[in-house]
Amino acid sequence: MEFLSILWFILIAVLWTVYLVLEGFDFGVGMLLPVVAKNDKERSVLVRTIGPHWDGNEVWLLTAGGATFAAFPAWYATMFSGMYLALFLLLVLLIIRISAIEWRSKVRSVKWRTTWDWMHTVSAYLVPLVLGVAFSNLVQGMNIVAQNRLNVSEVIPPEAVAEYATSGNLVFNMVGGFWSLFTPFTLVGGVAVLLVCLAHGAQFLALKTEGELRQRSVKVGATASIAATLVAAIWVIWGQFAFNANIWAWIPLIIAAVALVLSTVMAQPAFQKEGWAFTFSSIGIAGAVAWIFTAMAPNVMKSSVDPAYSLTIPLASSTTGTLTVMTVVAVVLVPIVLAYTVWSYYVFRKRISVGDVDHGAGLLPDKIRLGANFLSGKP
Amino acid sequence: MDFLPAALDPVALGRWQFGITTVYHFILVPLTIGLSLLVAIMQSMWMASKKEVWLKATRFFGKLLLINFALGVATGIVQEFQFGMNWSEYSRFVGDIFGAPLAVEALLAFFLESTFLGLWIFGWGRISKKAHLATIWLFTAGVNLSALWILAANSWMQNPVGTVFNPETGRAELDGVGGFFQLLTNPVLGLTFSHVVTSAWLLAGTFVAGISIWWMTRAMREGSEPAQKEAKNVWRPIVIFGLWAVLAGGVGTVVSGHFQGQELAQIQPAKMAAAEAICVDTEGASFTVMTFDECPLDASDTEQPSRFIEVPGLASFLASNSFSAPAEGVADIQARMVEQLNSNDVFTDQYGDASQYDFVPNQQVSFWTFRLMIAFGGFSAILALWALFAMRGGRTPSSKALGTFGIISVPMPFIAASLGWIFTEMGRQPWVVYPNMQAMAAGSDLGNVFMMTPLGISTNVSAGAVLLTMIVFTLLYAALGVVWVWLMRRFVLEGMYRGEDIHGDDAAKDHEDDNAQTLSFGY
Repeated sequence: MEFLSILWFILIAVLWTVYLVLEGFDFGVGMLLPVVAKNDKERSVLVRTIGPHWDGNEVWLLTAGGATFAAFPAWYATMFSGMYLALFLLLVLLIIRISAIEWRSKVRSVKWRTTWDWMHTVSAYLVPLVLGVAFSNLVQGMNIVAQNRLNVSEVIPPEAVAEYATSGNLVFNMVGGFWSLFTPFTLVGGVAVLLVCLAHGAQFLALKTEGELRQRSVKVGATASIAATLVAAIWVIWGQFAFNANIWAWIPLIIAAVALVLSTVMAQPAFQKEGWAFTFSSIGIAGAVAWIFTAMAPNVMKSSVDPAYSLTIPLASSTTGTLTVMTVVAVVLVPIVLAYTVWSYYVFRKRISVGDVDHGAGLLPDKIRLGANFLSGKP
Repeated sequence: MDFLPAALDPVALGRWQFGITTVYHFILVPLTIGLSLLVAIMQSMWMASKKEVWLKATRFFGKLLLINFALGVATGIVQEFQFGMNWSEYSRFVGDIFGAPLAVEALLAFFLESTFLGLWIFGWGRISKKAHLATIWLFTAGVNLSALWILAANSWMQNPVGTVFNPETGRAELDGVGGFFQLLTNPVLGLTFSHVVTSAWLLAGTFVAGISIWWMTRAMREGSEPAQKEAKNVWRPIVIFGLWAVLAGGVGTVVSGHFQGQELAQIQPAKMAAAEAICVDTEGASFTVMTFDECPLDASDTEQPSRFIEVPGLASFLASNSFSAPAEGVADIQARMVEQLNSNDVFTDQYGDASQYDFVPNQQVSFWTFRLMIAFGGFSAILALWALFAMRGGRTPSSKALGTFGIISVPMPFIAASLGWIFTEMGRQPWVVYPNMQAMAAGSDLGNVFMMTPLGISTNVSAGAVLLTMIVFTLLYAALGVVWVWLMRRFVLEGMYRGEDIHGDDAAKDHEDDNAQTLSFGY
């Protein structure tokens, strides 16, 4: 196997890790809007904690998608078409969520903000659920077969896949349909990712808010991290024993488990080490992503039909030329991106309280306040 | 029920979905490209001159920029995902070369624009003024870099370069590391990028000027002294600023468009012939203003479309700077392409006999989108001439007709931009990756890189699933479009006069506090 292909397999895991660590707390904040905040002003504070960052956080998802397209076109093609309706749902939810965050403060009305905040919250619950189901499918394997590109009704027999590989017409496609994505294991995975994001978000809020909001976040975080750790443990152990033959996957699994347990301990009010709780839940997420990718390797799309139908790293990989270009681009740009991202977090490092948010932002919905005299014709 | 099977053709549905989501996304994109630059210039002018008008302009148009950018980001994610979702065979075929610019776009442009926009929105008063000004410029740079990379990908689909066909993998593959540089030096890219960016200046300039003209004339008519003062001291300079952008954008759009046409006549003669309704190879082809017929694809069929108003030699001149130059016609192009493709084994192995296909795009669509693009773009020119005439010698007009025309002009360049893309994309049919015919004639590996649209579709996604997603996307986009228009309209109507604010005490505060209040468009 080519070194660069393996490198990019790892780099895509890194991109997903950064995405889930960063956007994971964004989702958690969205989920906690109706829980931690007691009123409209407090909700504004919570949204404000992710305000300058959520958009940049989301770009890691686009980068993971783009990098998969460029480094493993066949992976991108098989996965995105195979998970068609699930990804469609993800897109709809992300669109609603972005509009909700950006537009909530454009009109100065509690009703307007509350409506958008509800949409934000619902999408913040559902997106991690969909992502968790999707990742679980990568671990579990999907209903994938090898086909002839020019006549897809022709399924290549498993024993003929190897010799067909240089025909120029070999494609791997998921043929099970939307409902085949949902199994008990993948649903547990969805709930696990949801709960991890919830706990991660609560720990983030404990770091970014003050006073009562902070205390409520600590309380929610303490309970949520226990639930997240338990469900995540069931999920990875189930996945490890039922769907994974790779003994190396125990290493990230144990790292993830220890980190999540430590995060849970640190999040308890008796300790209340918010910084450590957040750090450990970030390491836990990194360990979980590493576990998913180790469990998949050397496949990128595992087939549950026949091992010969699994799409492997070399079969999915781009050419050395493309991977070389991508590596140079990543080596040059990623440090720069990280530098200004860190700077942006540094600029907005302060805890946020109700007094820091402009509750008068936006325009009144009905009364055109300043141009009124021109528009109504009355002075 | 003849229409039902046709409506459930997955290729047709996939194309409709791509068309709907992409045209919608591109309504928002050019305003962001153009307005980000104009707002960055406004803020720079405020920093340099300390004139309050430019601070007011930054705030006013900055808010409109943010409302617009939000929906652009939201609909942009669909763009990256739907290649794999709906067009997975296309993605497999081109990923090795097409995926890289998308990944670079995310790394180089998306991070830049999203991070620095966050800093611009929330950074006022928190970072130094110079650093804050830098954030809007870095945002603008991100937006333009994004355009560059996605257009690099699109230009490659129009005119493949730097690629070879690998028969073992059945893919288009990058011709080594050097192929990547050819991707960036694709002659189509330079012209397309210039055309897209300058037309975005035209569009944003019209947006700024049109809205400001409406406000200027309205404030003048209102008659009170503060209102007239605002018209003269605030709106008038912004109108002139907007018109400069219209001028620069207009010149750039026309010049780049002219060279694009000449390039097109070389690389995609079928698109050009369809746009000009040239039926057979002609020396000194005339420009047809209107036709409602199509040219026959067979040269022996002598039936000609009926034409209204022809300008002799102009089509030839536009394509090659000479009124008597030869121009290729639809029927002859079809015959030449059939002949050339039938002698290409890579083509016949996948698609069979070439004579069963039409290699000329939908002629009516090509013809009319091309003309209407130019016509709708012309609105901005009329607005500019009228406004400049009305404002000559330091005048501040109050004409209601001019104000109304200013508002009417605002959507026109958006329509022109959409029509331009419909022309570009539908004009390359039936190809999703247009063959590089010169390379094919020369027998190089690059000449084997092409894909006809039906072969690009995801074979494992049912037509029903595509229909469902198309309907939901359309309804969701329509609903968000209503909110977008309502918010934009609401913020435009609000104006920028801050004499009597709802906060009451705001007016008493000095400008610095005022800035902090309104440039943090806070959540």
